Amino acid sequence: MLLAKIVGTVVATRKDPRLVSNKLLVVRPVDPRGNADGNYLVAVDTVDAGVGETVLVVSGSSARMASGMKDVPVDAAIVGIIDAVEVAD
Amino acid sequence: MQLARVIGDVVATRKDESLTGIKLLVVQPLTADRRPSGRPLVAVDAVGAGVGEEVFFVRGKEASFPFSPLEPPVDAGIVGIVDHWDLG
Repeated sequence: MLLAKIVGTVVATRKDPRLVSNKLLVVRPVDPRGNADGNYLVAVDTVDAGVGETVLVVSGSSARMASGMKDVPVDAAIVGIIDAVEVAD
Repeated sequence: MQLARVIGDVVATRKDESLTGIKLLVVQPLTADRRPSGRPLVAVDAVGAGVGEEVFFVRGKEASFPFSPLEPPVDAGIVGIVDHWDLG
């Protein structure tokens, strides 16, 4: 899973019907120390996260195992809000 | 599977219900000579690994298999602690 910071929201009117009423957010991966690392991606939110929060993003087919995502065409899902990351030096 | 070192842990109170009770660790993939290779990532722990240990982890949906019959939404999971490795 990736650590990522939520940097924005996505609005899409025309979309796959299974995506209706799912919140889509723009996230940017960060390293364990919080520095941006990598390209932006769109992730579906399953934990009611908001802009500015650091979150846990699950990718690939595992994203469909997030709550309420069964058979939904997504490959990135926010499944946790990060309180703290401790890294040994 | 990939070799990695556990370099940290992650605390998340609000999360998917099926992640409750599962330990989240930060792992750094390693080269054969034990140098960092690529970006660190978050993996779930299925074997009781701890910070500083060398482990191997599996990517993809298979990372959830150790928690069967639950299907937590995870894409990387530690499935073994390395005692030692040798290159012929």
